Amino acid sequence: MTSLRGRAAIAGVADAVSPTGELDSHGRALEAQVIREALEDAGLTLADVDGVCHAQSSVGLAEYLGIHPRFTDSTNTGGSSYEVHVEHAAAAIAAGLCEVVIGVYASTPRSDRRHGRSREFQRPPGPNPMVEWELPYGMRMPMGPYALAASRHMAEFGTTSEQLAEIAVSTRAWAALNPRARHQVPITVDDVLASPMQSSPLHLLDCCLVTDGAGAFVMTTAERARDLPKPPVYVLGAATCHDHSMISQMPDLTTTPGVVSGQGAFRQAGVKPSDVDLLMAYDSFTITALLHLEDLGFCAKGEGGAFVEGGCTAPGGLLPMNTNGGGLSYTHPGMYGMFLIVEAARQLRGEAGLRQVHGAEIGVAHGSGMVLSVTATLVLGIEGTLS
Amino acid sequence: MRDPTRLEPPISEVAAPFWDATRERRLLLQWCTACERPVWYPREVCPGCLGSMLEWRESQGHGVVYACTVEHKAQTRALEAPYVVALVELDEGVRMLSNVVGCPPDQVGVGDRVQVTWEPLSDGRRLPLFEPVD
Repeated sequence: MTSLRGRAAIAGVADAVSPTGELDSHGRALEAQVIREALEDAGLTLADVDGVCHAQSSVGLAEYLGIHPRFTDSTNTGGSSYEVHVEHAAAAIAAGLCEVVIGVYASTPRSDRRHGRSREFQRPPGPNPMVEWELPYGMRMPMGPYALAASRHMAEFGTTSEQLAEIAVSTRAWAALNPRARHQVPITVDDVLASPMQSSPLHLLDCCLVTDGAGAFVMTTAERARDLPKPPVYVLGAATCHDHSMISQMPDLTTTPGVVSGQGAFRQAGVKPSDVDLLMAYDSFTITALLHLEDLGFCAKGEGGAFVEGGCTAPGGLLPMNTNGGGLSYTHPGMYGMFLIVEAARQLRGEAGLRQVHGAEIGVAHGSGMVLSVTATLVLGIEGTLS
Repeated sequence: MRDPTRLEPPISEVAAPFWDATRERRLLLQWCTACERPVWYPREVCPGCLGSMLEWRESQGHGVVYACTVEHKAQTRALEAPYVVALVELDEGVRMLSNVVGCPPDQVGVGDRVQVTWEPLSDGRRLPLFEPVD
């Protein structure tokens, strides 16, 4: 069986965020801006691109850019779409279907609201059982389903609000080292518990931000990446799994499909959780990150609460997690997964400034989309991890 | 809790018998007679075997709170916060999203026994909600 391990690399990344939470640009113009920056970062041009990923419209994007790609991917799995795109692009590159793939995301919910711009809302085709069986009950989206998962985790394992709050506190400590983060002022567990209750047991500071943001990546073959200006960030392993669409169909609210995608990606990469230098784990809510820690095997099921106590995932802790400040404090425009990839690449290249994890060689970007529905795990590594 | 502006669910073709039965306060579940297991939500085929040997059987409407949240801000104007949204695991083994009513919201917890109760909808159907069992 052939493996993806080390066959393709991330050669360029870019993102656009602001401490104000708002950007001046939006739509295709913003997408084009971060694509241009990611291509410059990679030392490539649009003429090199023969593959395009976009979670709504890869065909429309390619037309706008005036390119004629031979690999196209419009997969939308919510916030994990971009990890899925990297997986698919790596497979396509490894199979020789294409050589240079760009992926992009831009969303500006915050400034859209202020400027009264309507947001294109694209409902998936086909029947939508959620309207018949869930919406009448007034569950807030998206926090309601995550609150249900948190309530179940607390009931089964004794996890506490204080433990969930530790994740928000540690993540904010990383954001304090990132001058581009939306919120940089340190917070305490008490601050989290004193913030307004949203969907119990989740407080406001257990929830991700709503900000403008955009990001892009450029991928190519391992061979070509070695000739480009920046050190390649290799895809060592990649895997996806989903086990429901609506929360009422989730088999077990304390276990995500990340168990499957995580094991798949780690197996392919030939690494184990204790080899990982930094973890970028999608934090739409504090409970989301806690479930990822357990399901990826950084601690046993049910022990996530104890694991995150005492700043374990904060700067200086055992496991640096969400070092950009995460969806909780850096940015969260709606489908945050792109920023996991951008930050992992920057850390592995040693470009993360004050928040740099020294000597980082292996990073994991773990996306989760919709309502804990779709996880996609990427194990990424530097040149030295290939042999 | 009755409020005519609550979002009333559409009726999918396959679920018409379910909604008709709610007019008589009866909770129906689909069962696959090949797999001998309940299917929720209603479908044209069994998600286990893809067979179409599905029949409607009446549920007693008893279950347990599998997970719950108190919404402190209402999702719609039709509901007044705080209110409880819960996943109720029926004794037949399927999980439905619903509201738990008939007690203060902070009194509802995971593991509580509940039974179905009915909220009238404007067209004569009823929405299945749940209330604590004493």
